[in-house]
Amino acid sequence: MHPFTLERPRDAAAALALGAGPEGAATVYIAGGTDLLPLLKAEVGRPERLVAIGRGALDASIEVGADGALRLGAAARMSDVATHSGVSAAFPLVAQALLASASPQIRNMATLAGNLLQRTRCPYFRDAGSQACNKRRPGSGCAALEGSNRLHAVLGGSDHCIATHASDLAVALVALDASLRLRSRDGERRLPLEAFYRLPGDTPEIETVLAPGELITAIEVPPAPAFARRSQYLKLRDRASFEFALVSAAVALDTDGARIREARIALGGIATRPWRLRGVEAALAGGPADGAAYRVAAEEAADGAVPRRHNAFKVELLKRALVRALETAGGRL
Amino acid sequence: MASKLSISLTVNGQTYGVLVEPRRTLADVLRDDCHLTGTHIGCEHGICGACTVLVDDKPVRSCLMFGVQAEGKAIRTVEGLADGETLHPLQRAFIEHDALQCGFCTPGQIMSAVALLSEGRAGSADEIREFMNGNLCRCGAYGNIVAAIAAVASPPDGR
Repeated sequence: MHPFTLERPRDAAAALALGAGPEGAATVYIAGGTDLLPLLKAEVGRPERLVAIGRGALDASIEVGADGALRLGAAARMSDVATHSGVSAAFPLVAQALLASASPQIRNMATLAGNLLQRTRCPYFRDAGSQACNKRRPGSGCAALEGSNRLHAVLGGSDHCIATHASDLAVALVALDASLRLRSRDGERRLPLEAFYRLPGDTPEIETVLAPGELITAIEVPPAPAFARRSQYLKLRDRASFEFALVSAAVALDTDGARIREARIALGGIATRPWRLRGVEAALAGGPADGAAYRVAAEEAADGAVPRRHNAFKVELLKRALVRALETAGGRL
Repeated sequence: MASKLSISLTVNGQTYGVLVEPRRTLADVLRDDCHLTGTHIGCEHGICGACTVLVDDKPVRSCLMFGVQAEGKAIRTVEGLADGETLHPLQRAFIEHDALQCGFCTPGQIMSAVALLSEGRAGSADEIREFMNGNLCRCGAYGNIVAAIAAVASPPDGR
């Protein structure tokens, strides 16, 4: 690991004054460190200076407000949010997605904002010895296009990158219309989490709209009482536990029992960013809450998919996962 | 070249003053500077769980944490489990249930199990498996590991 100096700012303002950038930069933020340390060990990043912004420096609070909205401090630990009684009661989708993530040791270290900003698990990105990765070395090519791409995206990719976004939490939050609070030296802004993630296009090294030196300070989820009882995070993977998703489906339904008033759906494991399915949501709205309707609506879930040599199975799997998640969510009255 | 930092770590109730580079992981600092070699280093990538220790009572991967990040926290390692010559109930159960073969992963398994029991996550064999998912055993002693933990969670003879 490249040697570095460590700064320990007291608060967000002091952290912002130190001006950290993304992994390639000379100064980099570190919170829980569970994603950053492996990248530093592999020398995917070689920063000269780390700025520690975990609990203590940034807000780690977890609050369900009187209006039913959820506010999560950027430095809240995955484990603390997953086991928070208010979260599991009012936002079970968030708790399910967190408990399906990683292992207890990782969840005890990793922060929510760090989870949202984790880098892709694409093995070509994480292997600094491999030559072609446009995310790691812009312009070097994408080894996954013709290489081993079973785990890669079928949606949202480009000729420059087909790496998936690996966060389960982000999929659940996108389905729930979550927003982020961002802070820079110029002030604060708020934007939907869905708009936070960029498609790779021809600049896959730029994954989010976060400006250099800008910090996520909080995650806000609007009240969702109608969805709380009928939601499901289904995660399909190569083994039953402690693995990233091949396909995941975050589903929340507002129904009167027989008919769907509103549906919220996002998929993970299959796209270059958390993949909201507004077309499927519209197809379900106003229709019956039954398996036949779910199967018809799920047919368009993979519209626009570009399967590669080893990952074509995801096209069918994502439709089936979506139907199963809808059946589970819809049946829970 | 990064300079070394003088930090104080509290491990198993004892204070260790060490001089370390910021890039040294907690696992390396525990083994090389505190000379507590019970914590094992397997994959060094946060996959295998051999390096699991408790920080403020929560199991973490000491290979994914810098030693300097553990300053001011209460660290517990496998060396802190036994009371003199009297083994911790989990240590005894691992022996009685033959829950190890080579033993390399065992310190991490037991530290995770200590937390699992204190957090009340031993309700069933499935729950034990799920909350032990971050500890790999390449000898494949999983069945006996689950049995050892279950035995401590609900001892058959009430001890």
